[in-house]
Amino acid sequence: MDKFTQLRGVAAVLPQANVDTDQIIPKQFLTTTERTGLGKGLFYELRYDPQGVEIADFELNREPFRQARILVAGENFGCGSSREHAVWALLDFGIRCVIAPSFAAIFQNNCLKNGILLIALPPEAIERCLAALQEANLPELDVDLERRQITLPGGTALPFQVDEGSRTRLLEGLDDIEATLRQADEIARYAGRSRQSFPWLWRGESQPAATET
Amino acid sequence: MLDTIASAGEPRTLHAKLWDSHVVTERDDGTTLLYIDRHLVHEVTSPQAFSGLALARRPVARPEATFAVPDHNVPTIDRRLGIKNALSRRQVEVLELNCKTHRIPFIRLDDALQGIVHVIGPELGLTQPGVTMVCGDSHTSTHGAFGALAFGIGTSEVEHVLATQTLVTKRAKSMRVTIDGELPFGCSAKDLALAVVGRLGVAGGTGYVIEYAGSTVRSLSMEGRMTLCNMNIECGSSSGIIAPDETTFDYVRSREHAPSGGEWQSALDWWGSLRSDDGAVFDAEVHIDAATIAPYVTWGTLPDQVAPIDGRVPDPADAPNELQRQAQERALAYMGLEPGLPLTSVPIDVVFIGSCTNGRIEDLRAAAGVVAGRKVSKHVRAMVVPGSGRVKAQAEAEGLDKIFLSAGFEWREPGCSMCLGMNGDLAEAGQRCASTSNRNFEGRQGRGARTHLLSPVMAAAAALDGRLSDVRRHLGRDRLHG
Ligand code: SF4
Repeated sequence: MDKFTQLRGVAAVLPQANVDTDQIIPKQFLTTTERTGLGKGLFYELRYDPQGVEIADFELNREPFRQARILVAGENFGCGSSREHAVWALLDFGIRCVIAPSFAAIFQNNCLKNGILLIALPPEAIERCLAALQEANLPELDVDLERRQITLPGGTALPFQVDEGSRTRLLEGLDDIEATLRQADEIARYAGRSRQSFPWLWRGESQPAATET
Repeated sequence: MLDTIASAGEPRTLHAKLWDSHVVTERDDGTTLLYIDRHLVHEVTSPQAFSGLALARRPVARPEATFAVPDHNVPTIDRRLGIKNALSRRQVEVLELNCKTHRIPFIRLDDALQGIVHVIGPELGLTQPGVTMVCGDSHTSTHGAFGALAFGIGTSEVEHVLATQTLVTKRAKSMRVTIDGELPFGCSAKDLALAVVGRLGVAGGTGYVIEYAGSTVRSLSMEGRMTLCNMNIECGSSSGIIAPDETTFDYVRSREHAPSGGEWQSALDWWGSLRSDDGAVFDAEVHIDAATIAPYVTWGTLPDQVAPIDGRVPDPADAPNELQRQAQERALAYMGLEPGLPLTSVPIDVVFIGSCTNGRIEDLRAAAGVVAGRKVSKHVRAMVVPGSGRVKAQAEAEGLDKIFLSAGFEWREPGCSMCLGMNGDLAEAGQRCASTSNRNFEGRQGRGARTHLLSPVMAAAAALDGRLSDVRRHLGRDRLHG
């Protein structure tokens, strides 16, 4: 996973609440066995008409928003299914940061695993952000995860909060599995206890020599 | 030994007991490494996880604790002909190949046990009280009906569980939703679920594990409890749980993967302790009086946009705030509905009875009870898609297929089908579908398709009348709780 430290980029606005994962990436794109190439399906039904022609007034179809790296959205963004395809589609399109009043829980986990920073801001802060973007010639934001601050086009700094665990993981681009496998002994100890307490959950499984301590 | 039996000390919630008994270790950054007992896998959210494993040359930690089945992409008609769409077919083949490579138990498309992952997990006894259970699918919340801590995860997490049998996660807060009283005439667990989502809203449960309690919940069958927990994610909460009791034990007993012999008693001892202690403190409490529940139908594009069938399409002008007003206007525009319209005057083109919400035997029995001896309205295309091969076989043994077929329903092979239409079972743009599934999002059942969520008996009534219809008018008083 790529690290996230600082990001300066065009911010597109999707002023809708409860944008669900079916809208972010519709079903017809879920048959892929890859993580890449999903950008073309991002917000498909909002971006294209039934004939596959771009809908001109959808923000991501206009310049400079085709290059958007940041998305500002309404509350409960990413609700619905667990499909990580939604996150891969954002990533493939170029979006590394979403700012909204709130996010759905599974979507939030999925973003964290893919190096997308989610920033939850109170509605007043979002309003300021939107106003600044609207006035600017170049609707860019500067997101600094180290300093936990967004710089608006006019130069105003907007602080944000992010939990320490997520921040560290994003800053360092940690591989979760690698980190967990370093705790293999603890996992094996738990497994040994589980085998004793819940033998019926281990039926037919031989005792791997290496995992018992 | 694990902390399996409630120890003296602080009263704990069921959620806390499930959590505490699965903590491998707490990390400095505030996350917990949680042990996962059961991992269900389907074709859509797993291929990238297996490629990740292959890339890092990692084995699957516990293939025996993992279980896979194709369900989303599978044809529900002419199955012998295989899967037409090349990408869908490939996805199912890749799943089978990955399972073979890693020796993961796999149910093939042509197996009599094949079905929707959340229907067959419980059927096979993989779902049990006291386990932690995950699947790359948000409706994994279904399994919480057994007193399991079950939740949906993304594909990166699927890979993590495959590689380590654990998950890095944070403990959610606890909410208790207590529902007391008898469900009114014509209402079922689906109406209860829609009532909960309607009251909490689509984000009201975010950050919580919800425990469902109260006499209404206790009196539900396992099928009903699964319906309730299935819809739990629709209010933003990843897991819903119900304390196991005799109903649960009776359901689990003698299933393939259930504890047997002397282990059954040990299991019961542990399962019996799985309830919130008296005095356990919840972060939030909600009470619902069952008497206030009615047969519901959704009118919008979010599952909380719900109204009693004898109600009307709301007027956005009456919305409590500007955001809600905009959301309602957008929903009504998509749904092609006018404010103030009586819901029973909304015509229906398609009826779908099935999905992991309402594709179980009890659901089919209830719907068949309404349909028996009657005919589907001429302009309606209606279909029943059993949740699993076992449900289908059971229904056929009871003659339910004949009832549906002679009424004019299509009787299909098991799978997700029109719940999300990945297999090509779709409603057309502008068509209105009365659906027993769980999501009415824009485009969910097909681009431009309009979904009205409702219970199996309400779907049956809609099929007969060709419009949204109050099932109570179809039910004799003796057919209570259809
Ligand atoms: S039936 Fe619908 S909700 Fe259930 S697993 Fe299949 S697609 Fe998901």
